Amino acid sequence: MNARVSSHSPTDNATGPRGANAGVRAEDLTIHFATKAGTVKAVDGVSFEIEPGETFGIIGESGSGKTTLGRALAGLLKASGGDIHYGEHTLGKLPRAERQRLRRDYQIIFQDPHAALNPRMTILQSVMEPLEILKEGDKSSRQRAAREALERVGLAPEIGRRYPHELSGGQKQRVNIARTLTVRPKFIVCDEVVAALDVSIRGAVLNLFAELQEEFGITYAFITHDISVVSHVSDRIGVLYLGRLMEMGPTGAVTDAPLHPYTQALLSAEPLPLPGDQRDQRRRIRLEGEIPSPLAPPSGCRCRTRCPAAQTRCAEQIPEWREARPGHWVACHFADADGPPGPVR
Amino acid sequence: MAQHNGGQPAPLLAVENLNISFTHPGGETAITRDVSFTVAPGERVGVVGESGCGKSVTGLALMGLLPKRTARVRGQIRFQDRDLASLPAREMRRLRGREISMIFQEPMSALDPVFTVGEQLTETLRAHEKISRKEARQRAIAALEEVGIPSPHTRIDEYPYQFSGGMRQRVMIAMALICRPKLVIADEPTTALDVTVQAQITDLLCEISETTGTALLFITHDLGVVAETCSRLLTMYAGQVVESAPVDDVLRRPRHPYSSGLLRSLPGLSERGSRLPSIPGRVPAPDRMPAGCRFQARCPHAIDGCEQPQPLLEIHGARLARCWRTDQLQLPGAVNE
Repeated sequence: MNARVSSHSPTDNATGPRGANAGVRAEDLTIHFATKAGTVKAVDGVSFEIEPGETFGIIGESGSGKTTLGRALAGLLKASGGDIHYGEHTLGKLPRAERQRLRRDYQIIFQDPHAALNPRMTILQSVMEPLEILKEGDKSSRQRAAREALERVGLAPEIGRRYPHELSGGQKQRVNIARTLTVRPKFIVCDEVVAALDVSIRGAVLNLFAELQEEFGITYAFITHDISVVSHVSDRIGVLYLGRLMEMGPTGAVTDAPLHPYTQALLSAEPLPLPGDQRDQRRRIRLEGEIPSPLAPPSGCRCRTRCPAAQTRCAEQIPEWREARPGHWVACHFADADGPPGPVR
Repeated sequence: MAQHNGGQPAPLLAVENLNISFTHPGGETAITRDVSFTVAPGERVGVVGESGCGKSVTGLALMGLLPKRTARVRGQIRFQDRDLASLPAREMRRLRGREISMIFQEPMSALDPVFTVGEQLTETLRAHEKISRKEARQRAIAALEEVGIPSPHTRIDEYPYQFSGGMRQRVMIAMALICRPKLVIADEPTTALDVTVQAQITDLLCEISETTGTALLFITHDLGVVAETCSRLLTMYAGQVVESAPVDDVLRRPRHPYSSGLLRSLPGLSERGSRLPSIPGRVPAPDRMPAGCRFQARCPHAIDGCEQPQPLLEIHGARLARCWRTDQLQLPGAVNE
């Protein structure tokens, strides 16, 4: 990409220098929703820390709570229990005004690039909007910042005059990225940001995220159901199932030598574009059924109803969250440093 | 089975020069251009391409499901001994669901929410066969059992909303297969599902196709799914078939730059954290198709000569590619040879 914005920031009339980048930490986070049918424990006791400048991948099936977790990380949902820490700030303990002030640093980009844009606003208006809400600069400086951000994400200036329906999915997602960039966030939650895009252009959008991280030191939480995407972009991966982490560790360790039977099954279910003779060496571990309702999660280990290695203990006792290998955590009674238990090893 | 030239079994489906267009107040817009391909009895053929390449429209045309008022379908769709493109609506209705059926991406919108699963399954059966209600119900229960729905005796009386996404897709498959059709068109049948459930559904489709001899036309954007389910791959681009070949051959050495580009775009094939390849630009709008190679504007191998119209060239080994440079190019596939 040859169109680069001066490296300090896309808005040159900002209110002073932005603070040093800070990590994000979830501490025993729970998010419950009250429904007519009972309490949905969408996120139920999750702890992890995302280092400054890191890409933390969160993978899970639908119903695993990954989107709820993402919204909470971006400060859009209130924790029912536990808390989220932005650097030295504890989100739940901050006064409202302070929380509002911090919000610009913690952004989210959604899955559907079209739904995220107002169809009646031009692209330039949409990209300027965050700065208007923040009341930053005057109109001409906001326009300039928006144009620079569009340029940075690889869009021609005339795109700014168009409306969302005139753009392709990939272009619209670039617009959403540009809009986020105008406020120069420290942390971005990327919630299935390439899922709605054709495979042919996913690579270019993922490359853009990587460039922006290098350039601005942005920290990412990358939420996706796509194993190949998450393993390509992430430094570390957390595997979420029914509101709990099953496994967390460095990307290579999790994808090449998973500890949890669920991770192993998930990885083996990914269809690979390989010729028959090369695919046969890989054995598919079939997970029976589908993810149970979060209204009534199974007792003990939540994964046990689908786990090929489940035993009676799994129904009786919640597995401890432990560090089976250095930096590699797992919640399974029977996994050890050598890998997952019994029949699936 | 009828034989035709060369002792080859006659194809079950032979699409020839299928041109689909839509009329609108401003004129007529062509969506597909001279699409030709065959499906042998029991064969599983994958159709890939980006959105807007004409995959789904082709599938709907085969089913006779395009809106009569606006869609123009020219060319031939030979299915066994009939031409579906010119078949009267009444006869098409008799065929649809019995000999050729379709599985859609979104089972929740394809199933009727106000009827039980059993009512919808028996409706299909009783529309095509003279059987009693009781017998139809028995067949419907057996069909649900075949697709792996637990306790089919009770679930048959439930409504679609009472089923999970994966189970609903199983109901769709049961419905598509209940009359034992010779061809099933599956349009992105696993796209809305999680990978673990997707694996169950593709396994099920392969298993049923193998035991019943049903041919499958699998429309998808996922080359991994094609590799695991199909034996032959059609790549479509901008309303044309640009490559047709055995799946494993394409994965090793694609013969059209677009197939190669699609394969190379898969993140799983690149080294972790490296820059990912992608195909620049986008599919040209139907009313702005170039006269020559439709992929040339996005093709890294385009040279003088590519502005000429490209015929589908025959390459040895039952392969076809719409690229005059195909023999000059060593295009990378999914694996390094």
